[in-house]
Amino acid sequence: MPKSMTLGELGLALAGVVMAALWVLIAAKAYTPEYGFHAVLFAVASVATVFAVANRYHARPAEPPAQMIDGKPNYNMGPVKFCTIASLFWGIAGFTVGLLIALQLAFPVLNFDLPWTSFGRVRPLHTSAVIFAFGGNVLLGTSFYVVQRTCRARLAGALAPWFVVLGYNFFIVIAGTGYLLGITQSKEYAEPEWYADLLLTIVWVTYLLVFLCTLAKRKEPHIYVANWFYLAFILTIAVLHVGNNPSIPVSIFSSKSYIVWSGVQDAMVQWWYGHNAVGFFLTAGFLAIMYYFIPKRAERPVYSYRLSIIHFWALIFMYIWAGPHHLHFTALPDWAQTLGTAFSIMLWMPSWGGMINGLMTLSGAWDKLRTDPVLRMLVVSVAFYGMSTFEGPLMSVKAVNSLSHYTDWTIGHVHSGALGWVGYVSFGAIYCLVPWLWNKPKLYSLRLVNWHFWVSTLGIVFYISAMWVAGIMQGLMWRAYTSLGFLEYSFLETVEAMHPFYIIRAFGGGLFLAGALIMVWNVYKTIAMPEAEAEASAMPALVPAE
Amino acid sequence: MSLWNKHAIFEKNSIILLLGVLIVISIGGLVEVLPLFYLKSTIEKVEGVRPHTPLELAGRNIYVREGCYTCHSQMIRALRDEVERYGHYSLASESMYDHPFQWGSKRNGPDLARVGNKYSDDWHRRHLANPRAVVPGSIMPAYSWLAKTELDAGKIDQDMRVLSMEGVPYSDEMIAKASLDLKAQSSDDDAGAADLVKRYPKAAARAYGEQKGIVTEADALIAYLQVLGTQIDFKIYDDKANLR
Repeated sequence: MPKSMTLGELGLALAGVVMAALWVLIAAKAYTPEYGFHAVLFAVASVATVFAVANRYHARPAEPPAQMIDGKPNYNMGPVKFCTIASLFWGIAGFTVGLLIALQLAFPVLNFDLPWTSFGRVRPLHTSAVIFAFGGNVLLGTSFYVVQRTCRARLAGALAPWFVVLGYNFFIVIAGTGYLLGITQSKEYAEPEWYADLLLTIVWVTYLLVFLCTLAKRKEPHIYVANWFYLAFILTIAVLHVGNNPSIPVSIFSSKSYIVWSGVQDAMVQWWYGHNAVGFFLTAGFLAIMYYFIPKRAERPVYSYRLSIIHFWALIFMYIWAGPHHLHFTALPDWAQTLGTAFSIMLWMPSWGGMINGLMTLSGAWDKLRTDPVLRMLVVSVAFYGMSTFEGPLMSVKAVNSLSHYTDWTIGHVHSGALGWVGYVSFGAIYCLVPWLWNKPKLYSLRLVNWHFWVSTLGIVFYISAMWVAGIMQGLMWRAYTSLGFLEYSFLETVEAMHPFYIIRAFGGGLFLAGALIMVWNVYKTIAMPEAEAEASAMPALVPAE
Repeated sequence: MSLWNKHAIFEKNSIILLLGVLIVISIGGLVEVLPLFYLKSTIEKVEGVRPHTPLELAGRNIYVREGCYTCHSQMIRALRDEVERYGHYSLASESMYDHPFQWGSKRNGPDLARVGNKYSDDWHRRHLANPRAVVPGSIMPAYSWLAKTELDAGKIDQDMRVLSMEGVPYSDEMIAKASLDLKAQSSDDDAGAADLVKRYPKAAARAYGEQKGIVTEADALIAYLQVLGTQIDFKIYDDKANLR
């Protein structure tokens, strides 16, 4: 068979050439140097794409990679490995930036009086780095792993999976550098400007197609439950992203755009998006990880098939309604606020359904929590999930929300979910994945996993308890009255009262970062270990029951 | 055959699963978002809310660029302590021309929805340069570079053109006269001030900065902050008028 370029190779290379020309033009005529810098990055990335496609074409054999080798699926794990390493990198970066902004609130001198280190620009860098860069890479990597294993099929596409992971990480670079340079829409968790949003849309649609085409190739008759959650996550994030970001750029030569929504409608659309970034990015996607990695690590089947059906449909139906609880007592009409509260409270049930399904999967294997710190991390993550999905409905009640909103209680709530649930389930998945992907007999050190677990658990406890106390105190001080009927505290007094709690919070965040650094060392040493023997010898011979 | 077995149709057909998910996730969003665009009670009718002047808009863009929303809300909730601390609770109409809205979600600093005219321009200049010089104990970053950076608003008319496409009532005249209005609003006794006020009622034209002939980013930001929450006259606003 003579070697010829595939349609994908040709198309991607051509797109790269066109994009390179376009971005060079934009770089030359950009309104601001910041946008010019981004245009240069885009041009370089476009040229790199052309080069990479050509290089790959020259290096590859004429035939496409085999779908099966010796009756086993020929899995494509390259993109998964890339995402695993990228998630570690972005995790450390995101946690470090989080520590910086925590310290800035305690010691404002750390803003350094410079534009690109001021809190307002760095805080979105933290949130995007941990949610979209760290969390996103974990989701991309695990979804590409899980969909292949549970479908017993090689990932669909040759270039497409690489386009997804590299394109996504390039989007992260554009978004993050943009914030520091002052390129932002200032819509919370949707800060990237129009051109970054367009890039993400293309990447995300490709992601959906790769996922769907891999499902279509499956050798198993049923789609495994983890894949329902991944599919709901990918599809809904696409809908949310497109719904929340339609904007008109001032010019193709300007990074600035204006979102088409305004005022109260923009607020509703934003929190429809914002709360479901939590519901589908940080919940549905990571529940998929729970549904694959906990049964796998515990070597037990999922507790209840029926519970997973109810939990899945109820969760995705109800989450979408919960957004208005971010807008209680605001200019959003009351009927919308009431709907938001009602569904947020109902959401407690499917959330705990998922938690029960995850925890009860341990039935008959609880003893492993003593000996396997990786499984312990996964299980504790589900416990944190249960805790923060109880706290969420509580805070959505208007009477509670009147106290908690605008305070650090919200920050504490978010971090019990982000550090405890998303963080731990990701760490657990990474600890499972690394030996599997790099074909190692086991992790370098379980003792280090244990250290990671305890150091970061201590960190989380410091973090969330400081923020609970501080947030409730702040809310109570804002509404405190003297016996004469005057407001008791000036705003500044409430700021000063926060100082010790901000220091405790930063200490907790520092411990969490230290734990993650232990993980990076452990992963590095694991990858450096010699490879495992052939699979046959690793599997103990089966002995008949006596 | 039990009902549970019917679920197999989703588990065996990825496209049916995809469509099922799409339908289920669409309902809540449609019910909560769409009515806000046609229910007339969503945005109350009030006198006085006008689009931002070119200078205020340029200032708002700096507010957006610096991520001020990460610490400051612009949404006074209808709660006794908030109304007493910050002023009349915010109305939907007050942000109806805001693309994007800047209601915020966190108060590391105070709410700014009605900060306009509460402090002098001079106070704002000192505060931006070094917040702790005027508010000891403040944790706000210093924004000293804003007063050292000349405002780049030569193309602000393009911004206004885009906003008018999105429904902000900027007339062709307002867009054509954008640079004149910007100049008129940023200096004392400019001949164009009368025209500016005709186009933008109650717009305050004065030198917001100390340097003659130069408009800095700080000046634009201060012009924006000084107009926040001042457009509606609550002495004559009737909050019962919009009940239906």
